[in-house]
Amino acid sequence: MFKQVHTLILKELTLEWRQKYALNGILLYVVSAVFITYLSVGAKQGNIAVTTWNALYWIIILFSAVNAVAKSFVQEHQGRQLYYYMIASPEAIIVSKIIYNSFLTLVLALLGYLVFSIILGNPVQDQGLFVLNLLLGALGFSACLTMVSGIASKASNNATLMAILSFPVIIPILLMAIRVSKNALDGLDWTVSVDKVLTLFAINIIVAVTAYILFPYLWRS
Amino acid sequence: MRTSWWKILTIGLLLYTLIAGLLLDVPRLPILNETIRALHFHVTMWFGMIIMLVVAVVNSIKYLRSNELKHDDMAIEFTNAAILFGVLGIVTGMLWAKFTWGDYWSGDPKQNASAIGLLMYFAYLILRNSLTDVHQRARIGAVYNIFAFAAFIPLIFVLPRLTDSLHPGNGGNPGFNAYDLDSKLRMVFYPAIIGWTLIGTWLATVRVRLKRVERIVEDKMINQVS
Repeated sequence: MFKQVHTLILKELTLEWRQKYALNGILLYVVSAVFITYLSVGAKQGNIAVTTWNALYWIIILFSAVNAVAKSFVQEHQGRQLYYYMIASPEAIIVSKIIYNSFLTLVLALLGYLVFSIILGNPVQDQGLFVLNLLLGALGFSACLTMVSGIASKASNNATLMAILSFPVIIPILLMAIRVSKNALDGLDWTVSVDKVLTLFAINIIVAVTAYILFPYLWRS
Repeated sequence: MRTSWWKILTIGLLLYTLIAGLLLDVPRLPILNETIRALHFHVTMWFGMIIMLVVAVVNSIKYLRSNELKHDDMAIEFTNAAILFGVLGIVTGMLWAKFTWGDYWSGDPKQNASAIGLLMYFAYLILRNSLTDVHQRARIGAVYNIFAFAAFIPLIFVLPRLTDSLHPGNGGNPGFNAYDLDSKLRMVFYPAIIGWTLIGTWLATVRVRLKRVERIVEDKMINQVS
């Protein structure tokens, strides 16, 4: 099981590295999205309210994550999926995809944070909490989106379906992440945020475990 | 399911809910006043919706374990009935909110969460309609139904409790259950929950039976041709 997961994650990394255009595309997506927001709100550096900064940041991360994860089951064609079906257990596949996608989402979130800090200013007062929150958010997003992209890949008109299926399911995670992130921006004491961080973690666990249990049924069809 | 005693019971309970809920004496509370009667309609419809969603999820699990289409029929029709009650619940809630909070929509966490919950189930219907093969539709629908339910529970039961809500019983507002859900209200409240749930079940079972008949007719037509 662990060996399988390990091999599959290596496979995802190699595949991504070979088709660099997909990775570069999504990175450029984040940068352009941040820049469009910057121009649209017409904000000079540091001129933007903290709550707005927070909301814009998470919306951009949400959309980039949806775009990045959406391809996880589509990019490989049917024949190869059948091959994985024969050599690997579905549990190993979903675990490896979730881990890989969390890594990808985390990279996107960090890149977004960097670009945000450069052009919109960096009002974050508690870096540690903010990054921890990013890590948890990335985990939750990827668990939820990986599962939904598996579901959407079985149906036609993929892009719309991916969005409408994932948004309502992801909202609990997004809301908790935004609240913790607000606390980090205001530099509040960790004791204020600890129950929220735990709730976020618990929701992540619920989503991930549900995905883990349900994926074999999806994979078989 | 064809027995009729529980249908008579449903009609009786709902008639009782309507008459007693609208006419019986209710406790006078500041702000709430007569709108406390919404308890018998709005709150009970949400209870009915949750119960029916649980039935739907149980049927989805049964489908995944057995691959029998009859469980899928139950799952989709109970979800349909639950969506109907969800829409009614949100509309009655908005009417009530207009008279007590002053606005149809005041951004209350519970209001928002229930709207998101409805979005989830509308997405479920669209997902099902975008799949053409019956078995694939049933299987993928069941997977999404269970997955959405797992996200729905923290959404409506956990998150609103972390922030102040305008709802009675939250954020220092007078609650129904603390001191004023007195025996008079209870006398209508519990029968109303049972009544609404039963009429939802009735709706769902009628549609399940219709679906079964349609399937048999379809099978017959296909067999005639070949």
